[in-house]
Amino acid sequence: MTIVETRAKRGDASDGTLGGRLSRIDGPAKITGAADYALERQPDGMVHAVLVDSTIASGRVLSIDAEAAEAAPGVLLVMTPDNALPIKSATDWLGTPPPDVPYEPLARTITFSGQHVAAVIAETFEQATSAAALVKVTYEDTAAIASFDDPRAGDGMAIDQMTVEWGDAEAALASAPVRISQEYKTPREYNVPIEPHGLIAHWQGDTLTVWEPSQWIDGMARTYAEWFDIPFENVRLRSPYIGGGFGSKALPLEHGAIAINAARMLGRPVKLAVTRPQTFTAYGGRPATRQTIALGATREGKLLSIVHRGANETSITGIAVEPLGSVTSIMYATPNFSSRQNIVPVNTVKPGALRAPGENPSAFGIECAIDELAYEVGIDPLEIRLLNYAEEDPHAKKPWSTRRLREAYAAGAEAIGWSNRDPRPRSMRVGNQLIGYGVAAGTYPVRRTPGEALVRILSDGTVEVASSSIDMGQGTYTILAQTAAEAIGVPVETVRVKLGDSALPRAPVAGGSQLANLMTGAVHKAALAARDELIGLAINDPNSPFRALQANTLVIENGQIASPRDTGSAVAIAEVMRRTGRDKIETLRNTLPEKLRNDKDHFRNFTTISTMLSPTDGDYSLHSWCVHFVEVRVDVDFGTVRVARMVSALDSGRLYNPKLAESQWKGGIIMGIGQALLEEGIVDSRHGRVINNNLGDYLVPTNADIPDLEVISVGIPDTHASVLGGKAVGELAIVGVAPAIANAVYHATGVRVRDLPITLEKLI
Amino acid sequence: MRDFSYLRAASVEEAINAAALPATMLLAGGTTLLDLAKCGVADPERVVDISHLTGLDTIRVDGEGAFIGALAKMSRVAVDAAIQQQFPAVSEALWQAASAQIRNMASIGGNLLQRTRCAYFRDPATFPACNKRSPGSGCSALEGVTRNHAVLGGSDACIATYPGDLAVALTAFDAVVHLGERSVAIDDFFLLPGSTPNREHAMQPGEMITAITIPTSVAARHSTFIKVRDRQSYEFAAASAAVGIAFEADGKTISDIRVALGGVATKPWRARGVEDALRGRAFEPEAVKQASRLAIEGAIDHGANHYKIELAPRVVERAILKTGAMA
Ligand SMILES: Cc1cc2nc3c(=O)[nH]c(=O)nc-3n(C[C@H](O)[C@H](O)[C@H](O)COP(=O)(O)OP(=O)(O)OC[C@H]3O[C@@H](n4cnc5c(N)ncnc54)[C@H](O)[C@@H]3O)c2cc1C
Ligand code: SF4
Repeated sequence: MTIVETRAKRGDASDGTLGGRLSRIDGPAKITGAADYALERQPDGMVHAVLVDSTIASGRVLSIDAEAAEAAPGVLLVMTPDNALPIKSATDWLGTPPPDVPYEPLARTITFSGQHVAAVIAETFEQATSAAALVKVTYEDTAAIASFDDPRAGDGMAIDQMTVEWGDAEAALASAPVRISQEYKTPREYNVPIEPHGLIAHWQGDTLTVWEPSQWIDGMARTYAEWFDIPFENVRLRSPYIGGGFGSKALPLEHGAIAINAARMLGRPVKLAVTRPQTFTAYGGRPATRQTIALGATREGKLLSIVHRGANETSITGIAVEPLGSVTSIMYATPNFSSRQNIVPVNTVKPGALRAPGENPSAFGIECAIDELAYEVGIDPLEIRLLNYAEEDPHAKKPWSTRRLREAYAAGAEAIGWSNRDPRPRSMRVGNQLIGYGVAAGTYPVRRTPGEALVRILSDGTVEVASSSIDMGQGTYTILAQTAAEAIGVPVETVRVKLGDSALPRAPVAGGSQLANLMTGAVHKAALAARDELIGLAINDPNSPFRALQANTLVIENGQIASPRDTGSAVAIAEVMRRTGRDKIETLRNTLPEKLRNDKDHFRNFTTISTMLSPTDGDYSLHSWCVHFVEVRVDVDFGTVRVARMVSALDSGRLYNPKLAESQWKGGIIMGIGQALLEEGIVDSRHGRVINNNLGDYLVPTNADIPDLEVISVGIPDTHASVLGGKAVGELAIVGVAPAIANAVYHATGVRVRDLPITLEKLI
Repeated sequence: MRDFSYLRAASVEEAINAAALPATMLLAGGTTLLDLAKCGVADPERVVDISHLTGLDTIRVDGEGAFIGALAKMSRVAVDAAIQQQFPAVSEALWQAASAQIRNMASIGGNLLQRTRCAYFRDPATFPACNKRSPGSGCSALEGVTRNHAVLGGSDACIATYPGDLAVALTAFDAVVHLGERSVAIDDFFLLPGSTPNREHAMQPGEMITAITIPTSVAARHSTFIKVRDRQSYEFAAASAAVGIAFEADGKTISDIRVALGGVATKPWRARGVEDALRGRAFEPEAVKQASRLAIEGAIDHGANHYKIELAPRVVERAILKTGAMA
C-alpha cells in the first residue's frame, strides 16, 4: 500500500485547508528518492523481457529464427506468436464488448515500423538485450504509406460524428465581403514521459499482481482480467507514483500483455520496460493533423461564416480521432458554421492521447486564422476576439456555466503591456532581434464521471483517505488530504492518503482533466459522512464526554471536538474515540447517481468511460478558458525564435490548491512552447519510421528555452461544473500556446508559419 | 550490445598495447561509446577503460600555448581561467556543447572522436545501408531526411555532419593532436569521407590521443564561438563559427583572421577563403559580409539541408563582426 504522510511545512495555517497553497506532500519522497516507483520493485526470482520490433513498416513476418537467441546465456524463452499462450480479447475502454477472437500482442502482419514481433526473456536484462539482437526475423516487405503527405494515402475516411454544422456556411462564406482561407498543420508529437512505460507481472496461482505506472488502475486491471480470463478481483494493479504520462499511460498496451503472458508461461515474475526509442512506437502520441480554415467576415471583422475541414493520421488497423473542430465550434460567435473531419490511415503505430487531444491542434488552427483575419481587416488581434466573443455556447446553444475569458483578456493584456505593441508586423526591433507580441485563447471541457472514496477516522484521531486513483505529479495526494482535513476539521498533517492500488475503492481514468473535481467531490462526501458519524458518536455514546451536554450538534476544529455552546470543553478526537471504545470510523461513499448504483453499472463506471458526461450534458456548457500573451524575439539573420516573456490568464473555476494548479498550468505552457518551436516526429518517407526517436534528437524545451512564466487565475467557483466549484486544470494551459507564439512570430517577422514547429529554416 | 571483455588499463603503454588488438575500443567518459553501444553501432569485443589513468588530465597554459590532456573533462577546460583568457572561443565552444551532465563526464579526447548524429548511422537494425558503418553498403541518407546533413565536404558515399563544437574552435587556431610520440595537425587529423567514410581520423590501430596543444596567438586571444540552433541548450549546431582576429597597429587593418565552421561540414571546416579575402583588408562591415559568403564555396545541398547554405555565412559574418568589435 502506498501511503503518503502529510508532513509538509506550511506557510501559514490556512495552507492546509482547501484552496490553500500547500506544497505537494509527495514532494519530499520524490526529492529524497524514497518514492518507490512501480518498476523499481525487485520480487524474488524476477526475470527480464526485451522486445524484438519490426524493422519494416508494412508486410508480414515470414519466419523467426530464434535458435541463436535460445542458445544464448540466461535465455529462458523466445516468445513468438507461435509459442505464446492464447489471450482473449477484452472489452475496450468505451465499453464495447470484445470480438470473439484471440488477442495477439505479437504481430504476424506488420503495419508499422517498431511493431512487436517477438520477445526474449532471460535471467538478466543484459542477457535479454543481447539475445534479442540475435533473433532473426525474415519479412515479406510491401510498400508502406509513411504519412498522410504521401499522395497514395488519399483523403481518408470521413468521421460523420465529428460533423458540426449550422446555418449555411458555404453560401455565407461565398458572399462574405472578406474571406481568408489557409491550411494549418501539426506534426506527430510524442508523450515521451521521463519514466518509461513498463511493468512487473507476477502470478501466484491464478492471481496476478502487476506493478505498473498507470493513469487508470481499474480500467487496466479490468482489461488484464479479461485478457487472461480471471476474475477482476484476482488482479492487483499497483501504481504508487507515475513519472509522467500525459495521456499515454491510461490504456493497456501490447507490451503489457506480452510481459504478463511471459510471467504466466515461465511461472516467474517478469519485468519489461520499454526503451527510449520504443517510447515512439510501443504506443502512439498525437497524430499529425492538418486543417483548412476558411473565414468569412464583414469589413469590420465580424464573423459571418467558418468552414473548417480537418484530417488526422491514424494507423492502418485502428481508428484514432483527434477532434479538430472542438475549439473551432465554440470559441467565436458565428451565424454559419461547418466542420468536418477525416482520418487517414498510414503505416504508423495507432496514435494516442497527448495533453488536450483535439483542443490543442484545434486551437492552433482557429487561433491563427482569427489572427490572420485581424490583420486582413486591419484591427487589433485582441479587439477581433472581443468583437466575436461568444456569449453562449454557439454549438450547443446553451449558456456557459462560467466563461471568464473577457476577464482573462483584460488581465493578460494589462500584465504583458499589450498597448505598447506597435501593430505593424516587423516594426519592433532591438539590435539583431525582431520583437513580436502575440495572443491566442484556449479552452478545455469539463468532463465528469462519478467517483468513490473511503475515509477512515482512526482511534488516534488521524484520518486516512483511500482510492485507486493516482497521482502522476498533478497533486492528487495533496488536494485529497486538504479536502478531508477541511471537511472533518483536522490539521492536514494528520491525514494520510493511499492511492494507486486496485485493492482500494474504485476510481475512473485520470484523464480528460476530470480527476481532481470528481475525487474531491467523492472525498468530501465520504469525509462529511465520517464527520457526521463522529459527531453522532460524541453526542449519543453513553461514554462520550459530551453526553452530559445534551447538545444536538458539535463542532470539530483542528482535531478538537467542542460544543458550540460551551467553548471551554474541547476534547481531542482521539480522546472521544478512546472513551467510546471505537477503533475507527469508516465511510465509503460514491457520487454515482441513483440509477447507476447497482454492481454492474458501478463496475462499468470505473472500468470504462461509458458513463462519462459530456460538457454539455445538462443545462449548461462547461469549459475552462485561457488566454496566452507572448513576446518573442526572432534573430533577424538566424531565424531562431526565443520566447522572451509570457503571461497567461486562466479560468479553471475554483482552485483547490493554487500552487499546484499554477504548476500544472506552467507545465502545460512549457509543453506548448516545445510544441510551437521544437517538437516533431521526423518520418523517413521510404521506411515509414520516425528517425529522431530519442531525446537527443526529439527536442523538448530545456530550462534555457523557458522564461519566467506569469500565470493569473481569473476563475470563480463554478458549482455547475463540480461539487466544489473547480473546472478542468491539467490540459487547459497547453491549449493556445502554439498559436500565440505563431502569431507573435508573424508580428515580429511578417512571416506566417502555418506548420509546426516553427524552426529556424522557416524564417530565414 | 553483446558481451565484451573489460580491461582497466594501468598505464598508457598498457592501453596502447591493448588498443592494438582488433575490435577494441577505449573508454573515457563513455558518453559516446555507451550511447552507440545501445544503438547497436559500437559493438566492441574488448573495452579498455582509460578513465582512471593519472596524469592525462592536465590543463596548462603558458607563453607557447595551451596543453590539454586527453582525459581533461569538458567542464573543467571550459571554466579554466587561462583558457578563457587566451582561447575564449575554445571555452565558449565547450560551454555550448551538450549538457552540464555530459560535460562533467566527457573527456577532451573522446570529444574529438564523437561520431555523427546521422539518424541512419545510429539505427543499424532498420537501415542496414550506411557506408560509414559498413563500407560499400550504400548511404541511407542521400535519399532520406537530410535536415542535419553536411553541405560541405560530402561525397557520393557519405554526407554525415561532424557534430562536435570544440574541434571547430581547435581547427580555427591550428591545434595539434598528440598521439603519444606522434602528433598531427588538427586539420589533417580529421579526414574527408571521400570513398572511405568509415575512416574519420588519422589515428592508426594502437594509437591513442594523449593531449591537444593550441599555439598562442593574438587571434586566439580575440576570438569567439557562435552556435546557432533551435533549442537554446543541449542541441547540436545547425551552424556554428569560431572566429579570431588580430589587427595591425592601426587598429583597423586585419593582420590575422581565423574562421572555422561547424554543423555544416563532414569535418571541422576551416574557411580559408574567408580568411584570405579579409587578411590585410580594413575591417569594414560590407567587406565582412562579402567575404563571409565565401564560407560556403562549393556547398552542395540535399534539399532539407539547403538552409545551412543560407545560414552559415550569416553566422560567420556575425562572429566576425562580434570579434572585430572586441579586438
Ligand atoms: C545527447 C548528446 C548531446 C551532445 N551534444 C553535443 C554538443 O552539442 N556538442 C558537442 O561538441 N558534443 C556533444 N555531444 C557529444 C559529447 O561531447 C561526447 O559524447 C563526449 O565529448 C565524448 O567524450 P567521452 O569522454 O565521453 O568519450 P567516450 O564515449 O569515452 O569515447 C568516445 C570515442 O573516443 C574514443 N576515445 C576516447 N578517448 C580516447 C583517447 N584518449 N584516445 C583515443 N580514443 C579515445 C573511444 O574509444 C570512443 O570511440 C553530445 C552527446 C550526447 C549524447
Ligand atoms: S550519411 Fe554517412 S553516416 Fe549517414 S547513412 Fe550515409 S553513409 Fe551512413
